[in-house]
Amino acid sequence: MKPFDYRTATDMGTAVAEVSGRPDARFVAGGTNLVDHLKLGVAEPDLLVDITAVTSAAVEDRDGGLWIGAGVRNSDLAADRRVRERYPVLAQALLSGASGQLRNMATTGGNPLQRTRCVYFQDVTTPCNKRVPGSGCSAIGGYTRYHAILGASEHCVATHPSDMAVALSALDAKVHVLTPEGERSFPFVDLHRLPGEKPDQDTRLQHGDLITAIELPPSPFAQQSRYRKVRDRASYAFALVSVAAALDVADGIVRDVRIALGGVAHTPWRAYKAEQVLRGQPAEVASYRLAADAEMADARALDGIDGGNGFKIPLVTRTLVATLRDLT
Amino acid sequence: MTELLRPQAIGQDLARRDGPDKVTGTATYANETPVENPAYCHLIQADIARGRVSAVDTAEAEDVPGVIAVLTPGTSERLSSTEDKELAVLQTTDVAFRGQIVGIVIAETPEAARQAARLAAVTCSEQTHDVSLSADRVDLYKPDKVNPSFATDTSVGDVSAAMDSAAATVTETYTTAMNHNNPMEPHATTALWNDGQLTLWDSTQGVHSVRSTVAKVFGLDKGQVRVVCPYVGGGFGSKGTVHAHVVAAAMAARALPGRAMKLALTRQQMFSLVGYRTPTIQRVRLAADRDGRLSAIALDVVEQTSRIKEFAEQTAVAARMMYAAPNRATSHRLAALDVPVPSWMRAPGECPGMFGPEVAMDELAERLGIDPIEFRVRNEPARDPESGNPFSSRHLVACLRDGAERFGWADRDPRPGVRRDGDWLVGSGVASSVYPASRQAQSDATIRFADGRYAAEIGAADLGTGAWTTLAQIAADALDVPLDLVDVRIGDTDYPFASVAGGSSGTSTWGSAIVAAARAFREKYGLDPADGDEAQGQVPEYQAQERYALYAFGAQFAEVRVHADTGEIRVPRLVGVFAAGRIINPRTARSQFIGGMTMGMSMALHENSVLDPATGHVVNHDFAEYHIATCADAANIEAYWVDESDPHVNPMGSKGVGEIGIVGTAAAIANAAYHATGVRVRDLPVTLDKLLPGLD
Repeated sequence: MKPFDYRTATDMGTAVAEVSGRPDARFVAGGTNLVDHLKLGVAEPDLLVDITAVTSAAVEDRDGGLWIGAGVRNSDLAADRRVRERYPVLAQALLSGASGQLRNMATTGGNPLQRTRCVYFQDVTTPCNKRVPGSGCSAIGGYTRYHAILGASEHCVATHPSDMAVALSALDAKVHVLTPEGERSFPFVDLHRLPGEKPDQDTRLQHGDLITAIELPPSPFAQQSRYRKVRDRASYAFALVSVAAALDVADGIVRDVRIALGGVAHTPWRAYKAEQVLRGQPAEVASYRLAADAEMADARALDGIDGGNGFKIPLVTRTLVATLRDLT
Repeated sequence: MTELLRPQAIGQDLARRDGPDKVTGTATYANETPVENPAYCHLIQADIARGRVSAVDTAEAEDVPGVIAVLTPGTSERLSSTEDKELAVLQTTDVAFRGQIVGIVIAETPEAARQAARLAAVTCSEQTHDVSLSADRVDLYKPDKVNPSFATDTSVGDVSAAMDSAAATVTETYTTAMNHNNPMEPHATTALWNDGQLTLWDSTQGVHSVRSTVAKVFGLDKGQVRVVCPYVGGGFGSKGTVHAHVVAAAMAARALPGRAMKLALTRQQMFSLVGYRTPTIQRVRLAADRDGRLSAIALDVVEQTSRIKEFAEQTAVAARMMYAAPNRATSHRLAALDVPVPSWMRAPGECPGMFGPEVAMDELAERLGIDPIEFRVRNEPARDPESGNPFSSRHLVACLRDGAERFGWADRDPRPGVRRDGDWLVGSGVASSVYPASRQAQSDATIRFADGRYAAEIGAADLGTGAWTTLAQIAADALDVPLDLVDVRIGDTDYPFASVAGGSSGTSTWGSAIVAAARAFREKYGLDPADGDEAQGQVPEYQAQERYALYAFGAQFAEVRVHADTGEIRVPRLVGVFAAGRIINPRTARSQFIGGMTMGMSMALHENSVLDPATGHVVNHDFAEYHIATCADAANIEAYWVDESDPHVNPMGSKGVGEIGIVGTAAAIANAAYHATGVRVRDLPVTLDKLLPGLD
């Protein structure tokens, strides 16, 4: 791997200044994805600024919701009683991701910023627009089992690999960011972007922007939530598809609902269309199927070796219907 | 008949002798060999699948601090023998597969070597490559023989006529995926040249075969090469033959005489350099009468090899001897592609070759309305259908019956897709296992006595299988002394010649040599030897081969659950019952059976090397993307054995146990998946996308 400088940050402001001032500098916290990239040559930073000591590792009650420091480990967050009781979808999503060892290292700020596991992105001997803009997309027509059925572009068909981010999308979470210009915050669903013509940009963060916390707003029905991950083996596998859902039913009618999908797009996919179809409808399988169909109307399967990924469209429908059914 | 040892140490449930060193980290593996001031090398690989290297610009690589040298096809030494093209490292500019070694970087640190390897600019003229296997290729050819020396095709009677006149038939095509060996310990070699002597600390299944191969490649006398390998972190066949990286490490070391050179492959590199199991396309034809007596068995196999070296997996051989059918035919056809060289992977031949036929048996049993166990029992042959010889021992039926009882088969409702437990569809399946009880022609052992202790010396290998322990048990009984008076010395060419640990033949071969040495020792020195006494012995000729069919058998039972909504498939229970002769050490044998079954489950549900026809390489080349069963997948795997002592195989009465556990597992699981869902998947791995279309 390419040699790099390594510094331990002393405070967040200095860390942001250091990274934003150097185009090839990177933050490192758990390093669970970045270290792979260093070895593979996917990332070649000249400076790593370790933010472990300066990011908060606390989960705090704030304004009826939870404020989660960027340094909170995935394993700690999944074990937090408030998360388990008030936002079960998040605890379940965390525990379905990676392995115990990785969850012990991975952080709240880092997890949503992990990069796609597209095999071509991770292989520097193959063209990839995300890794080398303009070089082409090897996945189109290639191995697409783990690739997108929604929101892809002719330049990139990769999916976002995080489970936690799917749950956060469904929970209307907010991201707090420190930038060289100061603090700002915005909805978590706006963090990631679709590939379009710039698949090298996973998120709307600027170089040097540092996630400091994730905020979960109070939710009257997040307690009625679950995360369902469908995968090829029982653990340590990325989602073929996943569903994060929270359901509010009164008198047999869907009063409100939140749905996000994983494994289907370049972003965690908030299923607004399905939500809209469901509100006010009877809380029954027929409604859920209509909602899933509405969301999947825009889905496009990818051809490819080993059968492509067309199976994902019915799989999302089946998994979404089953998840809502189980929540009813 | 052989005079069987009186089992005293043999049969004892013993912990591995090497266990404490391994769990405390003091057992040194090839890459950890303590050598002074080593240099490190990293391989530069071709990123085209066919063509020619026109230039390697090493300037940028050589500028990396710590880089000592970069070897390229233009600058490397000429090898003495390039007969084995897999091993002709840097001897040609031709590129025969993506990932081929086209350069070697030598540096002061592994990191510098790896970075420089990335910076070496390899220019290639690329030719159109072809890596796609299919049964309708016009260039399929018939190899002269299949691994290692079986007839390529066989034909007895008239299969077509039997198919035409049968009460029930099955004609189906089954496929198994390309699979890669992934031992925990990546392949690694530490090499040192000193005054014309080459020492290799190599992770290998056979130090002596590495020595002879390397000596030939470099034009050395065997005496100039010493190979050492006390511990191996798994091999499964991928360390059974020398691969190119061993030659590369020795070449790199020769470029820096007197200084040890370390080479460890990355996980990704293993997917192009250390062999793999070919994908197979299996056309199976079965015919039976109304009573379920088979009249025909045919298996026609299409598989791949590389253009530079032929490896013809013997996929159809098990179908030749498994069941009684008067009309039988088998064939193997190969496509030579621009792909890495395939090689051994646990039970080459039997493992893939017992998938198609054992699923077809399930299909035919259903058509006949006969229980699949009963169907197999009705087709037990009295003699080996192929050779006409009697079986030295054959307890398949006992395994099926015992397994049925343990598994709870008796109350099984044969109808598919009718059992549900919550969200899960539940089913069960069975398949048979078989593996030859082989013995290699050559292996020598020495027994020494000193200070009241006996030592058995043989250049054998312990791949993590338990040889350190089981060979001591055999030596103790052969000498008729307590086990704790016996030491074993293996893993070094300074010890007598031993065959490679492969074909489940190690214990049988090496154990026979040790018994011969022990008997010679007792004959020479009696019961009261003196310090320094020693005697040699060698494995006797395997005369039983001429008169008997020699095999281990087994039966595997699987419970499969398929999620009714998502099609996810899980295997909560596997039961295997084996008849593998006398069990030397129940603990290490069970570990082999369970390990084989787990690997078979992994093959059934997960393992799939995805070869991209556009790039020409396996693109899912790491542990996140190439799925191997995790602990969470291996829920409850049970292995048992029936009492069997075979006087024809060797003085221990034992048969090899390393491979039979993986044979039949995938078929049992695919059969159970059908029983759960009513969806017959004939293409491995059985994944949810193949089940979903058939679910409500």
